[in-house]
Amino acid sequence: MRRRLLVLSLVLLAAACAPASASPTVRTVRIGIHYSAFSLAVIDVDPGETVRFVVSNADPIDHEFIIGDEAVQIAHERGTEAFHPPRPGEITIPAGQTVETTYTFGARDLIFGCHLPGHYTYGMRGAIPVG
Amino acid sequence: MRHLRLPFAITVGFLALLVAAPAWACGGLINTNGSVTLVRTTTLAAYHEGIEHYVTSFEFAGGEGEFGSIIPLPGVPTKVIRGGDWTLQRLVQETQPQPEAFALAATAAGAAEDRAQVILKTEIDALDIVVLEGGGTAVGDWAREHGFFLPPDAPEVLDFYAERSPIFMTVRFDASRAADQGLGAGDGTPVHVVIPTTNPWVPLRILGLGASADAPVEADVYLLTDLEPTTLPAPLTPEVASRLPQGVRPGLVLERSEEASRSLLADLRSDKGMDWLPSSGMWLSFLRLDARAGDLDYDLAIDASGAGQPSPVAAGLSPEAAADPAGLRSFGPALWTAIALLVLLGVVGTLERRRGGRPAV
Repeated sequence: MRRRLLVLSLVLLAAACAPASASPTVRTVRIGIHYSAFSLAVIDVDPGETVRFVVSNADPIDHEFIIGDEAVQIAHERGTEAFHPPRPGEITIPAGQTVETTYTFGARDLIFGCHLPGHYTYGMRGAIPVG
Repeated sequence: MRHLRLPFAITVGFLALLVAAPAWACGGLINTNGSVTLVRTTTLAAYHEGIEHYVTSFEFAGGEGEFGSIIPLPGVPTKVIRGGDWTLQRLVQETQPQPEAFALAATAAGAAEDRAQVILKTEIDALDIVVLEGGGTAVGDWAREHGFFLPPDAPEVLDFYAERSPIFMTVRFDASRAADQGLGAGDGTPVHVVIPTTNPWVPLRILGLGASADAPVEADVYLLTDLEPTTLPAPLTPEVASRLPQGVRPGLVLERSEEASRSLLADLRSDKGMDWLPSSGMWLSFLRLDARAGDLDYDLAIDASGAGQPSPVAAGLSPEAAADPAGLRSFGPALWTAIALLVLLGVVGTLERRRGGRPAV
């Protein structure tokens, strides 16, 4: 009897854990850029959610897609990095191209934006409310 | 991240485009921090026997490196030559007390190719000039690939022009060459563009390229035409402009409209490349542009035929606005603001009078 209970417990435990570890859901969000404007102004995400962003730039100029809090945005606005390697949540999208980045959110609201000279103040930014 | 990319500052003349080195933070330039410093520009658009003559000047601001600009044209130019030495100055002298410099123009039909085609290349002093044909994206690609730094509003503005005329002139100023030629800060190089067209217009919207919406855009535009022209938008008179509330920019103001004097025409004709100008019978118009960059979403269409029907399309106006060519748009945003303020004052006055007659509760 004890052995049966132990086996049953292990089976139930395994069943409970299986969905989470086997196939974590990654949602894909597609964002367009045209005339130096993102196609989305707000992107709603859940706490802990992992999102794959596919960003397509239709302009003849480069753009960026930077995810972060206000401090991150300020750092990029003042920064001097000419081109962003594909880091999670920090990409450069060359003119006419499509680039992806995957980012896992925590519990805090974040911002996305482009920090090429003049782009952020031109309006290239949006909100990512979490929860 | 901020790109401190190419050693390019850009600018001037009519269009301030590209950018680069902080040292070039001068008029008409987009600085590396994204801000733009604008200068007043001066342009002559003369139209005679189906030919538009565009004369503008590119001013050397000092410093090192290169800078440049992109200017939409109304058609394919047959010639881009060094302008005369005193044409713009003489026009200023004729109409206003102090001197200035600068300028440019344009019309045509549109198309959007994948790649811009180079249809003319020339050098004038320290300027490398390339005339391109292509859609907004193609011209933007060409400019980017050739080191021009385009501000964020450039894609939309390039399309705005390419839909009407797929012809653009890029101008690159080589400062080291300028230094070799002994050019100093403030020296200008006049450029004369000869454009056969049936539909003359002057690009104005491009003057606000890269500027914040509240930034002032100022320019002096001279027109020399066979007959007194009709323009769209129709400008305000100086009297109406002077009655606008303080801080409201009038847009276009027609400062002078008169038959060009023989002495003026004689002086202009004696300048290099200006012998095409008749010695009499030309009409001189002097328009002053003073607008918020955010309101400057139009160009200046010109009807010099006497028909009094400037093209709304050439002015870059929407079909809706074009349906009332002599109306709404021609009053300019400033006048509408003034009218709105007067209406508001009237409403407030009425409410105050009513309130004054009400018993206290």
